[in-house]
Amino acid sequence: MKLSTRTIVAIGIGAAVFLVLNRFVSIPSGIPNTTINTAYAFLAFMAVIFGPIAGALIGFIGHVLTDATAYGSVWWSWVIVSLFVGAAIGLSWKKINIENGVFGKKEIVTFNLYQIAANLIGWGLLAPVLDIIIYAEPSDKVFMQGLVAGLANLVTIAILGTAFLAIYARTRTKTGSLNKED
Amino acid sequence: MSAVKMLSYIKRDSPVHHLNGVTKLITFLAWTIVCMLSYDTRVLLAAMVLSIVIFRLAKIHLKEVGFVLAFIFFFLLLNDAAIYVFSPEEGVKIYGTRHLIFQISDRYTLTQEQLFYLFNVTLKYLTVVPIALLFLLTTDPSEFAASLTGIGVPYRISYAVSITLRYIADIQTDFHNISQAQQARGVDLSKKTGLKKRISGISIIAVPLIFSSLDRIDLISNAMDLRGFGKKEKRTWYRARPFQVMDYCVIGSVLFLSIIGLFITFSDGQRFFNPFLG
Repeated sequence: MKLSTRTIVAIGIGAAVFLVLNRFVSIPSGIPNTTINTAYAFLAFMAVIFGPIAGALIGFIGHVLTDATAYGSVWWSWVIVSLFVGAAIGLSWKKINIENGVFGKKEIVTFNLYQIAANLIGWGLLAPVLDIIIYAEPSDKVFMQGLVAGLANLVTIAILGTAFLAIYARTRTKTGSLNKED
Repeated sequence: MSAVKMLSYIKRDSPVHHLNGVTKLITFLAWTIVCMLSYDTRVLLAAMVLSIVIFRLAKIHLKEVGFVLAFIFFFLLLNDAAIYVFSPEEGVKIYGTRHLIFQISDRYTLTQEQLFYLFNVTLKYLTVVPIALLFLLTTDPSEFAASLTGIGVPYRISYAVSITLRYIADIQTDFHNISQAQQARGVDLSKKTGLKKRISGISIIAVPLIFSSLDRIDLISNAMDLRGFGKKEKRTWYRARPFQVMDYCVIGSVLFLSIIGLFITFSDGQRFFNPFLG
């Protein structure tokens, strides 16, 4: 596997933006411990543009550094979920092909199906299971926690992630947008 | 500027600072793995004491990390409370005995097992903190990419990490500028506005931040391509340092201790240390 220079830089800068968004641009939703977090909308956005490997690594590096610089410690169970969510949403990359500048109904539905599946499996299943395996926390607690976090991220990505992608698509040149003059 | 502080490298002259980045990375990873696998109170306590001793050696002052420690303690207490609310008898389930201290209601009891379990959960989270902090505070970010390659991470990915560390400060500045500019234009980001307004407020900041970062990606990757990045299978690192005798000693003892720790943990066939039996 050889990553292109652009993908490598996208991973690096993407992780830095993820960290800054995570630390500064999130607002409490009113439910304790749950924030409307733009970082995950951004992660979904980058995963669609740069693909699953970039998505996975932006999620992983971004989350590790966010945890490390904020708490001085890393919560590996949730870090792995960020990696998974980035990769899973990135799988829609070939189907959506945002670089063509088309992000209509069909693409919006595809994107949201992928992100909903990724969030439900990631936060609803993977996070709690890892919390139980690693930290032996009670299952009721971790499933509840995962579900709340997953739903919050799901809604954030559905609103903001879709919006970011729509804006991005408008900056791309559509194929066949030029007509030959008679 | 928002008062959020970030942990970062502190340059100082100490034995821990002199260690190679690879050594520190291996130590951090070994520590993390052992503390994740083990739930043995004896192993965790020993790791905790040892990590505090190493922390002292590094000449990092407590007040430099005080804000983070306060944060962690608060988080852990909240976590313990949440565990108790959801499962007041989790400890009884794990340790298999029941020593009742007192009863609040049918569901909420206080048992020695639960207290011991909560103590262990907290300890388990806490044990990694000093070493993780040390790793962060004593490793030069420029050397970090070299260390990652040193433990076998492909250099293109190490380079991505190094780009992240290099650009966090720049992107933070971008964020700050955008936020100030939008506030000057009348965007209210304070807690006084409703949820809907705040969501539109944060997207007004996030969109310029994201799109200026995409420009940055193009700029940097073009510059790197022009300089021939990624043409060869290997590369050298300006900041890589040769191993010293001390590095071999540290890696050796860390691996030795990790194996002993895991051996003690699993010697009775499970990861919990149970003082209630026997």
